[in-house]
Amino acid sequence: MSLELSGLINAIHEGLTGAIEAQWLVSLIEYVLVGAGLLALYALIALFLIIFERKICAWFQCRLGPNRVGPWGIFQVFADMLKIMFKEIIPLKHNDKLLFYAGPCIVVIGSFLTFGGLQFAEGVHGVDLNIGVFYLLAVSSISIVGVMLAGWSSNNKYALIGAMRSGAQVISFELSACLSMMAVVILGGSMNLSTLMEKQEDLWFIFQAPVPMLIAMVIYLIAAHAETNRGPFDLPEAESELTAGYHVEYSGMTFGYFYVAEYCNLFINAAIGALVFLGGWQAFHIPGCDGFNAVMDMCPSYVWFFLKCLFFIFMSLWVRWSFPRLRIDQLLHLEWKIMLPFSLFNILLVAVWVIIF
Amino acid sequence: MDTLSALLTGNNILFAILTVVVLCSALLSVLTEKLMHAAFYLFLTLVGIAAMYMQMQYEFLAGAQLSVYAGGILMLFIFAIVLVHHIGENSESVSPKKKWIAAIASISGVILCLITMYGTNFNVNPEADELVKNVNMETLGYALLGTGKNQYLLPFEATGILLLACIIGAVVIANKEKEDKA
Repeated sequence: MSLELSGLINAIHEGLTGAIEAQWLVSLIEYVLVGAGLLALYALIALFLIIFERKICAWFQCRLGPNRVGPWGIFQVFADMLKIMFKEIIPLKHNDKLLFYAGPCIVVIGSFLTFGGLQFAEGVHGVDLNIGVFYLLAVSSISIVGVMLAGWSSNNKYALIGAMRSGAQVISFELSACLSMMAVVILGGSMNLSTLMEKQEDLWFIFQAPVPMLIAMVIYLIAAHAETNRGPFDLPEAESELTAGYHVEYSGMTFGYFYVAEYCNLFINAAIGALVFLGGWQAFHIPGCDGFNAVMDMCPSYVWFFLKCLFFIFMSLWVRWSFPRLRIDQLLHLEWKIMLPFSLFNILLVAVWVIIF
Repeated sequence: MDTLSALLTGNNILFAILTVVVLCSALLSVLTEKLMHAAFYLFLTLVGIAAMYMQMQYEFLAGAQLSVYAGGILMLFIFAIVLVHHIGENSESVSPKKKWIAAIASISGVILCLITMYGTNFNVNPEADELVKNVNMETLGYALLGTGKNQYLLPFEATGILLLACIIGAVVIANKEKEDKA
């Protein structure tokens, strides 16, 4: 168990309390450390996902992908990051300055706030809120306000249409995502992520109630994928018709914010899915097989967590690079006439399942 | 000095910052002439209030504030503004008569709030404080969907019916226009 991160965190905490007498100073330093750590993680995950997506995309299209800068081209993404940071932010003449710059900030804040509620490993989380799952869904719902403000303030018809599409899409698919989460909450009997983790120690939720959980997981994955505005649900950005949708007027790091938030939302969706369906940082256990469980426990909890996230991210990329874009009416039909009835029915199914088993 | 250091605890500093943010953005949202700016400042106000709930450990209320008001109702406002309002357009100036009515209405609102605030006996004994602070989701769920004392199934269902009526009304209105065109 020495590989767990919680030991390191405890050591830092004890070291700080030993070195500094004032309790408030210790708390302050720890808050700053946690915040800085989460921010660094946010940036690193975005960087990693960009190179990961480019490689996977290349693989699907029978190409090599970035391969010039560093081994397997992994430093390409750092070069791109430096480039976008030093790029000029082009000011526009007839737009709404305040909202134009507030938009990307709200998008990033909305996705970064979820990092506070996630659990990355055993004992490694920002805040263990009583409403855990609900918090994650609530804070990620404010990002869309930023998208709408950005699209409107750009004073560009393409941007406006993109923002409207994005708004309609995100609000619709949020319903299915929330309802599939409700199924998990009914099964787990709690919204608190720590409690949900405890309940999955012996068996992940997906194996505890295979039928309703599989339905909930598929619905969640589709809805979450649609909320990130990525293909085949990328009609808010549709290159061929809207040039780039709501962020068409943005340049430099203001565009970078949207880009980073998109990749981090990809991770956040995968992380929430991993936490509630695949047991988060819990190792794969089979009740009764103690030897097998002990072997599985050798792997540290954060490795389990990030492997599960990678699995979901890979699925998401697979879908993105395999299917053509939907039309807006097909998209809304999918949500309101197929996924919503299914998720409502699924809640009923979970309730019956919980009562019977 | 003691009162000063007591006032300067982290919680109070945070509360002061949040108060300034909430009050300033609330004021700006009614004073600005641009409709979209008003919506944006309202958004800041709502998020600031959610942060206050969070600070008081009313986590559920904070989550509901964020998802229902900041992420839901405000989005509807923004949708409506986007559909009817163009950039660079300011809202129309209000006639003096309307201004007077608005002033009287808001002042009487403030007075009503003050009367209620001073009339209420805020129970600050620590026991009651503990009771209120430890509201978890389970208690809330039973309170919303129970039929016993201090449980509110009937109002909950009544609100649900009200919302359902709104949805049906919206569908009826939307369908009517289509029939007229046909």
